[in-house]
Amino acid sequence: MSKPKKSPIKRRAIHEAVEAGLERRRRRDRRLRRLGLAAILLGLGFLAFMFASIAVLGYGAFWQTRIQLEIHLDAGEIDPEGTRDPTRLAQADYPGLIKRALRERFPQVRKRRLKRQLYKLVSSGAAWELRNEVLANPALVGSRQKMWITADDDVDLWFKHPDLKEYRLSEAQQAWLRDLEQKGQMRKFFNTAFFRHGDSREPEQAGILGALTGSLYAILVTLGLSLPLGIAAAIYLEEFAPRNRWTDFIEVNINNLAAVPSIVFGLLGLAVFINILGMPRSAPLVGGLVLTLMTLPTLIIAGRAALKSVPPSIREAALGIGASRMQTVFHHVLPLAMPGMLTGTIIGMAQALGETAPLLMIGMVAFIVDVPQGMLDPATVLPVQIYLWADSPERAFLEKTAAAILVLLAFLVLMNLAAIWLRRKFEKKW
Amino acid sequence: MDQETAFMTAVEPERERREEPVIPREETLGSPFLEKKVTLGARNVNVFYGDKQALFDVSIDIGRHQVTAFIGPSGCGKSTFLRCFNRMNDTIDGCRVEGGIRLDGEDIYAPGMDVVPLRARVGMVFQKPNPFPKSIYENVAYGPRLHGLVSNRAELDELVESSLQRAGLWDEVKDRLDAPGTGLSGGQQQRLCIARAIAIHPEVILMDEPCSALDPIATARVEELIDELRQRYTIVIVTHSMQQAARVSQRTAYFHMGRLVEVDKTDKIFTNPSHELTEAYITGRFG
Repeated sequence: MSKPKKSPIKRRAIHEAVEAGLERRRRRDRRLRRLGLAAILLGLGFLAFMFASIAVLGYGAFWQTRIQLEIHLDAGEIDPEGTRDPTRLAQADYPGLIKRALRERFPQVRKRRLKRQLYKLVSSGAAWELRNEVLANPALVGSRQKMWITADDDVDLWFKHPDLKEYRLSEAQQAWLRDLEQKGQMRKFFNTAFFRHGDSREPEQAGILGALTGSLYAILVTLGLSLPLGIAAAIYLEEFAPRNRWTDFIEVNINNLAAVPSIVFGLLGLAVFINILGMPRSAPLVGGLVLTLMTLPTLIIAGRAALKSVPPSIREAALGIGASRMQTVFHHVLPLAMPGMLTGTIIGMAQALGETAPLLMIGMVAFIVDVPQGMLDPATVLPVQIYLWADSPERAFLEKTAAAILVLLAFLVLMNLAAIWLRRKFEKKW
Repeated sequence: MDQETAFMTAVEPERERREEPVIPREETLGSPFLEKKVTLGARNVNVFYGDKQALFDVSIDIGRHQVTAFIGPSGCGKSTFLRCFNRMNDTIDGCRVEGGIRLDGEDIYAPGMDVVPLRARVGMVFQKPNPFPKSIYENVAYGPRLHGLVSNRAELDELVESSLQRAGLWDEVKDRLDAPGTGLSGGQQQRLCIARAIAIHPEVILMDEPCSALDPIATARVEELIDELRQRYTIVIVTHSMQQAARVSQRTAYFHMGRLVEVDKTDKIFTNPSHELTEAYITGRFG
């Protein structure tokens, strides 16, 4: 046996070479770490900018300007017979009462043209609010009350944004408003109407409740259908289905369906649910069904991944002790896969909640004032409401749009928190 | 008459009892060395993974209430063969088992055979300790509950206690039965798995390299335990350690390349093997 050749590298040289390279290696390391950090900071920056701009814009929508007027709830006008009968009270001329209060507040206004301008200071919904007030409290009839009356959206804008170049208000109107402001008869109140009303053509009367309810109904339908269907499909495909060409075909199709543009599902819903099955248009039920179709593939894929991640040793342990395949799945595998499945579900639900396109196809884009009372009432959903308001010409809808986005985001955050809480609960059990 | 057909025709249990044991090839069955009754009998078992054949014509008898060890180099098919006894191979896609295996004379691969009662009779302990991610109590109680072996909580408590005692774990865990089973040490986890297996009173316990993931002290405890369990259960153990086979088993079967080369009393295998392959393996020339 010959002696092995001497290595060409000297030990000292190795040391030096490693030393020399070390600094470069560290530099590279640091550079990569800094780049990663920069990427994250940039992303966070964009996110913060987006949130801040929406929040600043939308903040105003949570406040509503009101004007204080002394209203004479004339018993002769409202309830001449003195019966305090609600149907009689409901029919009284409340717009007239408000107009009278305005005339009394500004007695110097005489001309008809100016009077009409004066009446425009308050919201057209103010009379309706006054009526509700009286109906809720008939004892007010006959007295003089100082009341805060909802102002018109142009007044609202004037009061909230004094720095705009132009207002849709005449010089006379602005003078009256300045007078009100100086006497402390104009103030911002928390805008409860925004959370109590459905949509409206009048920005100061428009609220989010209709869209919120619609979204809630649609998401309930989606959750109620896609969660059991998705889990059942995932379990069958992952645990029971034989591996053959059929199941391969199904798997490929499910993966493809997850990538189909959502508007296609909307068209499918229009054709099947509305045209063939004759379901009502604009209904949250149909919206939920369409969103179910859309989220099912996502849910199935996530569910299968969660099932796959359960270690096979657990299955073997259960089978080895004599559990049937079904018992193995339901006693051991499914509980372990549940947190993963829930995460997938929440991602799917968040997607469904933010979806607009397929809902346009089934008529959920209609202008609907009433808050839906059930799954079959016409409704719209939050993202469609945002789309509708963003499309409206009145400037006051700008802040409503931003506020609606805030509500949608809050809804999403709430759902995610619920998911985290559920996951914790499941994990604690195991 | 061909011995193979003799085995296959012995379908009725009463005939089976009269004619047993049917011995196709005496040198591989090792039947003459059985002092006790036969519990498990395998005849001409062939196992295929897809097109690849993993076991060739394996026939063996497993004696009642004794420990039979399967040894052999890696990939020789001993684990595959072990998993035939409780039909765990059924769960593997593309795995096909041919031939006959009888448990107390009953063909476990018969068409109408349900694997659930079979696995209640033939328990299994796996290579890696695999307790359920539940409490210690729940781990042991799961099997009895599943098969409806107990009618009330008191009985279950008693069964859990006795199973843990027989697995030699009771004293270590009696104060923390609600603690998760996965929080125990490796050796304790493996004994928990043994307790879980014996809680349903199987006739046979299959052990697939039960100590390969354990340290020497835990291994010694499990080996002691196996020796005690022999009084009540028929045990088949696959092991990589020849010392372990020598320590715990009464009979040893040597597998090589998917064939059963030799089965005999353990001391004979290790002192005077009749086959040269066996001798080569136990003297460490390969493995």
